[in-house]
Amino acid sequence: MDYAPNTDTQLEEMLRAIGMGSFEELISAVPAELHARELDVPAGLAEPQVIALGEELAGRNRALTEMVSFLGAGCYAHLIPTVVDALSARGEWLTPYTPYQAEASQGTLQAIYEFQTMVCELFQMDLANASLYDGASSVAEAALLALRATERSRILVSEAVHPHARETLATYLIGSPATLQEIPTVNGVTDLEALGKALRDDVACVILQQPNVFGCLEPMGQAGHLAHRIGGLFIASVYPISLGLLQPPGAYGSDIAVAEGRCLGSPMAYGGPGLGLFTTTAALLRKVPGRLAGCTVDQAGRRAFTLTLQTREQHIRRERATSNICTNEGWLALRATIFLSLLGPRGMQELARLNLEKAHYARERLREIPWIRSAFDQPVFNEFTLQFDAAHPVETVNRRLAAEGFVGGFPLAEWYPTMPQASLWCVTELIGKPSIDRLIDVLTRSG
Amino acid sequence: MQVPAELRYTKTHEWMRQDANNEAVVGITAHAQEELRDVVFVELPKVGQAVKQGEPSAVIESVKAAFDIYAPVSGTVSRVNEAVANTPQLVNQDCYGKGWLFAITPTAPAETASLLSSEAYEKQIKA
Amino acid sequence: MSMSGPLIFERSVPGRRGYAVPPGDVPAVPPGDVLPEDHLRAAPPRLPEVAEFDAVRHYTRLSQANFSVDTHFYPLGSCTMKYNPKLNERIAALPGFAWLHPLQPAAQAQGILQLLYELEQLLCAITGMAAFTLQPAAGAQGELAGLKIIAAYHRRKRRARSTILIPDSAHGTNPASAALSGFTVIQLKSGPDGLIDLRELRRKLTKDVAALMLTNPNTLGLFEREIKTIAALLHEQGALVYMDGANMNALLGISRPGDMGVDLLQLNLHKTFSTPHGGGGPGAGPVGVAKALEDFLPVPRVRKVGTRFRWEARGRATVGRVHGFYGNVGVLVRAYAYIRTLGREGLARASRAAIINANYLKVRLQDTFPVPFDDHCLHEFVVTLKALRARGISAGDVAKRLLDYGCYAPTVYFPLIVEEALMIEPTETESKETLDEFAQALRAIAHEAQHNPELVRRAPQRMVVDRVDEVKAAREPNLRWVEPDPSVQAAGSKPHAAPPLGSG
Repeated sequence: MDYAPNTDTQLEEMLRAIGMGSFEELISAVPAELHARELDVPAGLAEPQVIALGEELAGRNRALTEMVSFLGAGCYAHLIPTVVDALSARGEWLTPYTPYQAEASQGTLQAIYEFQTMVCELFQMDLANASLYDGASSVAEAALLALRATERSRILVSEAVHPHARETLATYLIGSPATLQEIPTVNGVTDLEALGKALRDDVACVILQQPNVFGCLEPMGQAGHLAHRIGGLFIASVYPISLGLLQPPGAYGSDIAVAEGRCLGSPMAYGGPGLGLFTTTAALLRKVPGRLAGCTVDQAGRRAFTLTLQTREQHIRRERATSNICTNEGWLALRATIFLSLLGPRGMQELARLNLEKAHYARERLREIPWIRSAFDQPVFNEFTLQFDAAHPVETVNRRLAAEGFVGGFPLAEWYPTMPQASLWCVTELIGKPSIDRLIDVLTRSG
Repeated sequence: MQVPAELRYTKTHEWMRQDANNEAVVGITAHAQEELRDVVFVELPKVGQAVKQGEPSAVIESVKAAFDIYAPVSGTVSRVNEAVANTPQLVNQDCYGKGWLFAITPTAPAETASLLSSEAYEKQIKA
Repeated sequence: MSMSGPLIFERSVPGRRGYAVPPGDVPAVPPGDVLPEDHLRAAPPRLPEVAEFDAVRHYTRLSQANFSVDTHFYPLGSCTMKYNPKLNERIAALPGFAWLHPLQPAAQAQGILQLLYELEQLLCAITGMAAFTLQPAAGAQGELAGLKIIAAYHRRKRRARSTILIPDSAHGTNPASAALSGFTVIQLKSGPDGLIDLRELRRKLTKDVAALMLTNPNTLGLFEREIKTIAALLHEQGALVYMDGANMNALLGISRPGDMGVDLLQLNLHKTFSTPHGGGGPGAGPVGVAKALEDFLPVPRVRKVGTRFRWEARGRATVGRVHGFYGNVGVLVRAYAYIRTLGREGLARASRAAIINANYLKVRLQDTFPVPFDDHCLHEFVVTLKALRARGISAGDVAKRLLDYGCYAPTVYFPLIVEEALMIEPTETESKETLDEFAQALRAIAHEAQHNPELVRRAPQRMVVDRVDEVKAAREPNLRWVEPDPSVQAAGSKPHAAPPLGSG
């Protein structure tokens, strides 16, 4: 099956109209030695066959429709209102390109403007762009902005920032003279004393995550203050769902705040597509990466929207652009916009509170089990690190749980080899109390 | 097209006016601003910044393009036109007056000799 | 009132709810009991307060102010705006894919791992490359990953190479990605035929060149006939050939980059492989490499061991990762469904029909607008509207007038080597009838340009808004809505202290 409507007869007619005797003549610019043989690709399938194939492959995954998962670690399962799916599936949202022709793209442009406004409100920051790829590359772009803005060369990043963000940042810095230094943690949070010692006037920025990769709440205000004291920028990577309750990054002096925004109305989809949220202060407007939608007027003086400040971008500035990004995550930004408009201020507050309460209930119950304790004594939002005793290896416990329909916490040793007995547990609004209680039963029996 | 006789020009469409106090004031020509159409943003150098003849020292942006402004002579930036930073359309409205960009204290006065006269510049833009 | 109407914020009514968050089923905990006060938000975010139906009507009406592939012909050159099959959406939405967590053990994710593994194999077969990474989220991120691989390759060979050669017809992302990777860009001037000029290439091909980045077919829609010679020249100097695969829709089953001597390339699955552009994204930009570069690919990589699949997190010479987890998997699932639906014959027929469509449209337009580099094109072509300058009409004006005729505009002012360019890519999924209508529309506009130029200059007239004032948008950036101060409004004057970047 293919989707090309012209029949073979029509294609022949068109070839004749072009003045060609054959298709081969038409592509004579491709040297004969470069003509492809038949591709080593299976024959095409009809729709029912593709559905069967898809269902078979999907069926070999044990998705969260059949498992109760306590995984978070940078990818969080949250409710998705039916309306988000229904509206975003419309072809008028799903199938346009980037809104370069403003007059024929007012829907997308107004939605981006609403998106930028909502993200600003949620983060309490001056401005937001139209999205970047994901949380990890947003951290990298934030650091690159800081290097440009300060004309300095050192980046300090807490080791409690998600390793994917740190690794992506390191990749983005290949070929750059800038250096990256990791700041250690103490009791699950960034060691401010170590941070203070590492700060000199060549530091472009300090990057922390809130809540951090261990689920702990960081002293963002103090870290930001330290960064500002030496003239560096403070970059916060945050969790949008938590902002219904937690202090927004604008309130603790962030110069740039980024996030993985997939949790706002888009499925986990095995980790991608993500939605990079990128916000900053008015002072850094001209250095922002990515697209911006602006409000203006049309010839008749009516309100209208357009992409603006495009001279920052690659299609105009080329090698001097603020970033190479072109395609972003527009469709997920739309989904986030619809999600936030449905939830509203109270919905976001209630959702965050539900996460907080369920996570704290689960953590209390888990700590009642004799071989389990909290790894850190720190306040948390909906995720926390547990420490099992030596008789209960994380992998063994998780295998046992899998047989009972649970996906246990993420074994942190994979990212932090010095933490062999630690695992990271997340509880969102999707997990009911009965599931938590059954988990406790299974673990108690495992004792 | 207006090309004032008392100014000196570059091939890259900057004009320069040598003041009595040995300051060189720099802007872009009427021809350049017309080609640019609506100027929407001007990025000026910092006062005290050293600039070199023929090297980019400022940027002028229209909606769909960004143009480097090259220093006509080497020197130190002595003043910048804050008004044009806030109201970029001054470059379109009055490019030889209120739309000036920055001033330089030249360090190599001999460089001035390499600049174009108004006749030579006019010839260039007609060609 | 314009068709799109007010902003969602302007529909807000205090206390209105659009979604019922489920009630708690665990003991309630006042946040202040478990979180220190200084971690708590002082006031809830000022989001709109609307009912579910308010949101439904708002975002439905708003969508209708868009042109899209589903609703309009969308001949945007270099973007391959082909039909996005609904079937792919259905497959990607299967809960077994959509509700899968990326850190679930491999044993719980065998289906998706198999799909990703097979997709890599299919892309290898289609392009002739030895290995692929699926991680980059878009074409430009693929380029970035490719350039990091080039840097790592030369470093391992202990060669100091700091420049990338890029033809002047290239997409803007090429030089931007090169600069972002610490390279200096040297531009190659295209030859009189619009192709890479071998003499220019030889002149600029020094021992400092790390790679040539080219697009094939190039942005004029022309195949680089001398590609094998070009690749050989680069390889003689120890340099690599990077191909921007944005135009791969011309080559499916026709020619394989791997056979041309290309060392690495990125594909844009949202172009060639039919995944929807979503008003700006998401995309996916897998990178394929020759055998010698496989070790440098980003990690993790999917491996097949016996009949089982797993992730391999480490690579000896890897450049690291460019994205969280494994890239835009939801997009990859759609592209996989597309390739399996079309199969080998369907893919070849797609490119064949795309090329015939482009050439047919070019011939239909040849009496209206000249093609500056006139040769048989592949999937797209570029016309110049230079002749309309005398009537005071630009390519941008014609693009706007096309909107009135119900066609989205082609890419304008690109490539930069063509004055007043319109870059037209019809794709294979448009019918001959649509192409005829489009040609008719452009002819009608050319006629208007002669007899009623003002009409063209003032276009569009039939959209929800007239021509948008981009100058005002850039001079007075207003990037977010701010609630008007009611006390100021009541006084009937404009607010005097608008917050930064906001409307007031």
